[in-house]
Amino acid sequence: MSQAGRGRLKIYLGYAAGVGKTYRMLEEALALKQKGVDIVIAYFEPHGRKETIAKTEGLESLPRRIITYAGTPFEEMDTEAVLRRKPAVAVVDEFAHTNVPGSERLKRWQDVHVILDAGIDVLTSMNVQHLESLNDQVWHSTGVRVRETVPDWVVDEADEVVLIDLTPRALRNRLERGVVYPQEKAQRALDNFFTEGNLTALREMAMRHTAHEVEEKLDAAPSPSGVARPSEGRKERILICLTGSPSSAVLIRRGKRVADYLQADCLAIHVSADPGSREDVERHMSFARNLRIATHVLESADVSRTIAEFARAQGVTQIYMGRSLPRKWWRRFSETIVQRVVRQSRDMQITIVAERRR
Amino acid sequence: MFLGYASRVGKSFRMFDEGRRRKERGQDVVVGAIQSKITPDIQEILARFDAVPTISTRHAGRDYEVIDLAALFRRHPEICLIDGLAYDNPPGSRNPQRWQDVRELLDRGIGIITAVNVQHIKEQQDKVERITAKRSPYSVPEEFLREAEEIEIVDAPPDALLDRGQEGMPDSRRLAELRELALLLAADVVERQLKEYLDSHGVAAGWGAQERILVCLTPRSNAADMLRSGQRNAARFHGALLAAYVEQASLGQQDRQQLEAHLTLARELGAEVHCLKHGDFVEAILTFAREQRVTQLFVGHSLRDQGRWLWRGPVDRLIDAAENFDVRLFPHPGGR
Repeated sequence: MSQAGRGRLKIYLGYAAGVGKTYRMLEEALALKQKGVDIVIAYFEPHGRKETIAKTEGLESLPRRIITYAGTPFEEMDTEAVLRRKPAVAVVDEFAHTNVPGSERLKRWQDVHVILDAGIDVLTSMNVQHLESLNDQVWHSTGVRVRETVPDWVVDEADEVVLIDLTPRALRNRLERGVVYPQEKAQRALDNFFTEGNLTALREMAMRHTAHEVEEKLDAAPSPSGVARPSEGRKERILICLTGSPSSAVLIRRGKRVADYLQADCLAIHVSADPGSREDVERHMSFARNLRIATHVLESADVSRTIAEFARAQGVTQIYMGRSLPRKWWRRFSETIVQRVVRQSRDMQITIVAERRR
Repeated sequence: MFLGYASRVGKSFRMFDEGRRRKERGQDVVVGAIQSKITPDIQEILARFDAVPTISTRHAGRDYEVIDLAALFRRHPEICLIDGLAYDNPPGSRNPQRWQDVRELLDRGIGIITAVNVQHIKEQQDKVERITAKRSPYSVPEEFLREAEEIEIVDAPPDALLDRGQEGMPDSRRLAELRELALLLAADVVERQLKEYLDSHGVAAGWGAQERILVCLTPRSNAADMLRSGQRNAARFHGALLAAYVEQASLGQQDRQQLEAHLTLARELGAEVHCLKHGDFVEAILTFAREQRVTQLFVGHSLRDQGRWLWRGPVDRLIDAAENFDVRLFPHPGGR
């Protein structure tokens, strides 16, 4: 949550395009303006939605910045212009947006952090599918692998997360009426992503995530009696054992998600006999660090013993590992790494994360 | 049905606004019941509708507003807007409670848009009382909420409600707890809708949004550890806790007693306990886990019973076959 002098962040969270996040955000912006608050639109994505566009009338909009990439001009939020104008509150649509190459920052949420650092409050909007920790689950439920993700800690740090709800049937009606997208695009959306099943699954995720955010804030705030919430025994520490395998991404998200819900510490380790740095391992390590997981690389020929010793030294209570690869026939009688870690870390719980399939 | 977590969260406005949009699209919408206090923005919308006013009566020193069922049956609109779903009717009325009147309207083919507060959902009232130390005398059964074709949650940050300064309002902490309660109730309703949708479309329900933890009990497992950990995990995720054991014919006296003790503990900790009748332990667990859309499987392991080369025991086979769920291993007590 915000430190003194930093702006406050409020996120309007929805489960799909068209539920009315931007509309509600602009309604609130108008209400603030009527109360005399100095508020501007720093970035707004009209999508050709008439009712939403009408809500921007009477609000000051800052011009966008044009960035040319591969010969094509792209429009991005002009963060410098927001800082120069220095309103009390800035409205920034589409929090999960990835900036075009050549922008100062990779992601719009990073631009929002710059604005917050300048003491400006921000109202922003995003859909639940962009949350990093839900990436595998969203893919499993909908078949769509979302590429634009926001690390969970970025959303956790928001001062307020408000759920914008609408029933899937009402949303599908909106699409049919051409309110959300132009007619042709709407029909494709209805047949593909915006099915009742997909929308219902995403909606449940949005509700559960908002409840989680409310609970996290309750746990963080001092209780009225000044007594902390009853602690649930020993604080858990989760250690994720990374490899270069592609399934490590699922492992990282899963371990971190469990750690977040258990309010546990989370660390990651990679043990290798080979001192050379490997690109795939390094990529997973940097992914883990982006999710605020402390990472360690150890060099040792005895992988399982090193994991067990590290875990014991760090007071780890749970180890997260991926499945070992199927064994070759001549090794069938020797132990896998998982089996060795299990044997050597007898005082800990060990979780083997299955890769999710569709 | 619009579900909110406190008065002033904006349920009534959303309800009447929905009615307005439907009327603009040509539907026949009338107002059947309003709250006694009306904000100016709602007043403005109300002017656009026909109304079938409630009947005011007084009974034993108390004022009641009762839906005029007879008039509504005669008028028979497509859609009727009913605020204050949880109100009760005076003794001697056709139905003791307003939601029962609403059910009759539904039975006659009249569509209803209504609003309810989580404090008034009967099955939630114990939890609400723990938060607010108050219990509303009015209630609507949760079943009625689940019967609704559609529910929509009306969410707002607690501070926004406090700004509007109403007397007798819970403080922001209590409001946040009520807010979480309403969100989780809505998520449960949606979870069930999703399951129904998947079942009716012949889709094998895979990995749901809710965490579902299955603890496998055997006589010698460290059941207390597994169950307590399972309960803590389920509670943090607001998920489900299941426990299962696979029936074995040849259990010794001591093992049977141990197993019974584990099952008792499982029930005490609120787990849903299942007995699986299947010859093979691994097959039984895997089939059940799939059916129940389990996301985490807790199983005990003992190294003492297994020589190194006999490692391909049940636990190994479970790990190999686990798809879409994680397997968490718990060491047996005294497992060397």
